[in-house]
Amino acid sequence: MLINEPTTATAEPETTVLTAPETTVLTAPEATAPNSTGAEAVLNILLAEGVDTIFGYPGGAIIPIYDALYDFNDRLNHVLVRHEQGGIHAAQGYARSSGRVGVVFATSGPGATNLVTGLADAQIDSTPLVCITGQVFAHLLGTDAFQETDIINITTPVTKWNYQVTKAEEIPEALAKAFYIARSGRPGPVLIDITKNAQLQAFHFAPYAPCTHIRSYRPVPIVRPEYIREAAALINRAKKPFVLWGQGVVLGRAEAEFKAFIEKSGIPAAWTILGAGALPTDHPLNVGMLGMHGNYGPNVLTNECDVLIAIGMRFDDRVTGRLDKYAKQAKVIHLDIDPTEIDKNVAVTVPVWGDCKETLPLLTALIEPKTHPEWHQRFQDYMAEEVSAVINDELFPTGEELTMGEVLQQLNELTGGEAIIVTDVGQHQMVACRYAKFNHTRSNITSGGLGTMGFALPAAIGAKFGAPERPVVAIIGDGGVQMTIQELGTIMQTGVDVKIIILNNRFLGMVRQWQELFNSRRYSFVDIQSPDYVAVAAGYRIAGRRVEIRDELQPALRQMLEQPGSFLLEVLVAKENNIFPMVPQGCSVAEIRLR
Amino acid sequence: MSHQPDRQEYNITAYTENQVGLLNRIAIIFSRRKINIESLNVSPSEIEGIHRFNIVITETEEVVSKLARQIEKQVEVLKVYYNTNADVIWQEMALYKVPTDVIAEKASVERLLRENGARAVVIRKDYTVFETTGHREETDALIKVLQPYGLIEFVRSARIAIIKASDGFNHKLRDFERREPSEDVAENEFLNSRDAVFTM
Repeated sequence: MLINEPTTATAEPETTVLTAPETTVLTAPEATAPNSTGAEAVLNILLAEGVDTIFGYPGGAIIPIYDALYDFNDRLNHVLVRHEQGGIHAAQGYARSSGRVGVVFATSGPGATNLVTGLADAQIDSTPLVCITGQVFAHLLGTDAFQETDIINITTPVTKWNYQVTKAEEIPEALAKAFYIARSGRPGPVLIDITKNAQLQAFHFAPYAPCTHIRSYRPVPIVRPEYIREAAALINRAKKPFVLWGQGVVLGRAEAEFKAFIEKSGIPAAWTILGAGALPTDHPLNVGMLGMHGNYGPNVLTNECDVLIAIGMRFDDRVTGRLDKYAKQAKVIHLDIDPTEIDKNVAVTVPVWGDCKETLPLLTALIEPKTHPEWHQRFQDYMAEEVSAVINDELFPTGEELTMGEVLQQLNELTGGEAIIVTDVGQHQMVACRYAKFNHTRSNITSGGLGTMGFALPAAIGAKFGAPERPVVAIIGDGGVQMTIQELGTIMQTGVDVKIIILNNRFLGMVRQWQELFNSRRYSFVDIQSPDYVAVAAGYRIAGRRVEIRDELQPALRQMLEQPGSFLLEVLVAKENNIFPMVPQGCSVAEIRLR
Repeated sequence: MSHQPDRQEYNITAYTENQVGLLNRIAIIFSRRKINIESLNVSPSEIEGIHRFNIVITETEEVVSKLARQIEKQVEVLKVYYNTNADVIWQEMALYKVPTDVIAEKASVERLLRENGARAVVIRKDYTVFETTGHREETDALIKVLQPYGLIEFVRSARIAIIKASDGFNHKLRDFERREPSEDVAENEFLNSRDAVFTM
């Protein structure tokens, strides 16, 4: 077995072999005359890595890089955010909509610590980022110098890799590794901390060679043909097979391979919220969303299927509910690029290590074309039940109050599933993920693993920079929007075209729902007041409108979408509407409640 | 503290790059799960540039195997093994400092050394330092013996362990290192040159 390749209970022990490539790519700079400062080298490397947009906020320890940036204005678009947290969420949005590495600049101390939430978010949601922080002079490290924090140790648990540069000569190799590590294998955030002396120092900057190999890093495990064969045999014998897919399909750019696998096998497939959009919403084999607020059928039938095929998903607790009652009857096939995910939460019958863009076609070649009409009917029956119990009331309400679901329904009609939907965290997030229609991959951008309130507004800004040709609609609750509302300033200054819908229920809705259901309606500090959002937007020279009655909803949405430039639409929705179905915490997925 | 029956001591062996900060990256894999590291030894391996961690924890195999994979997933980690005590040869070293006059007057030093497999490392007028090597119970035994003679100081090393399996890692490491040499450790060379660096 190759280095870094996992052993599992199902794997046969093999001899360990260390491999190395024929050549190493990075070469040490020659000792010739200085031709660049560290700061200039940073920017030239970003250009060489294909970076076009940087999100950032200057400060004392990163002034040399910003000084150099003054001369790169024609080649690098720098977006001045209003808070570093906004900067990193914007870079996440950029990365998720474009499939490229998001880049962030921040200064030392508070600038760097303000990145931590975004790093944690990117780490758990596998978002490729390169964050460059300024640091105090190298000789001052460890002296509690002005704006010094030990950002390397602070960010170690929330980065895929990090590194502190203390002299300019280290910059090319450190940044080359940073981009390679961030984007390869299971992507993730990388932080490079550069001391001020390293930015100022003149050195010989040799022609830049991107990194393609690190000797102690195996981003993609070796595919084992025997497991592909075992998986195919299980699938061919299955009577009630069920596919769960996650963001791994999107990160692996394997949407076409996934669709081919699904269509040949005829297996119903359900998605985690980060996997949404990899298969269009209307695809006949797409049976809905998994997890706590997912659809009824996919949750119940998880505990009835005979073969469960998990593709690029990590069996998050919000998806599995109680693990001791999760799919115990099923043989589990798990396709994942990250060996630590195999057997982490759910015991796997057949592990298929590897990039699903590579493994899915191998699997597809070995499976028999099938349809499973009776099994499909089960999903449809459950969906009919859910439609009459929940969905009709949510999307086509007859009561006076507006629902979040009908806003999504109207939005779907107007955008036709073409928009990128960026959501914050809370009830509106679950409504949006459940009901938004996606025709294309990279259309659902949300904070899945960390659940970061305040994510959506800056992430939507970044998403638009990452995919300028697509409409971007941010859907945000009245709680989350007040966490990063200052980024309206970024919209004002850049003129970026982001449509913002605030679904205002005058509560921290999801916490209120839990307090209602599990804490005897003891609404402890969830009653939140909002400013006049339209007036706030106007203060930032952003057009806006507030809707309180149904008749105005569609015209307002139409106005929002048709009017050039950004637009803030506040919709006053029902105060105490709950999101159902729901798998209560500590319950099995089969115990999902319809109301 | 209650111990589940299937928890036992495991020796985790990690081969890594020699990099500033890697110790922390590995240590937090344990601390984030609130797992106590009972013994941790980090040292160069037989191959220059490749370091070896020996980590001892008491846990179930399921947990240990997940921890081992998480360690191996780190960018600068080359390979991780985990073994029970039965699968390794392991040793800890202990040093004992006692007043020379007391030990010389009151103890039969020769017998004491022989019975405990110890040897004198330093003999000075004011104190003598003994050393033993072995398993915990062996190194503990000499503490009890020396306590009455005015034990001044005692220290025990972290555990080091060699895997019993005959298929060693040495030739693979050596070949690997030959084909892909280690990089030098980049330390902060400016730390002691405050006056030489312009500041603002």
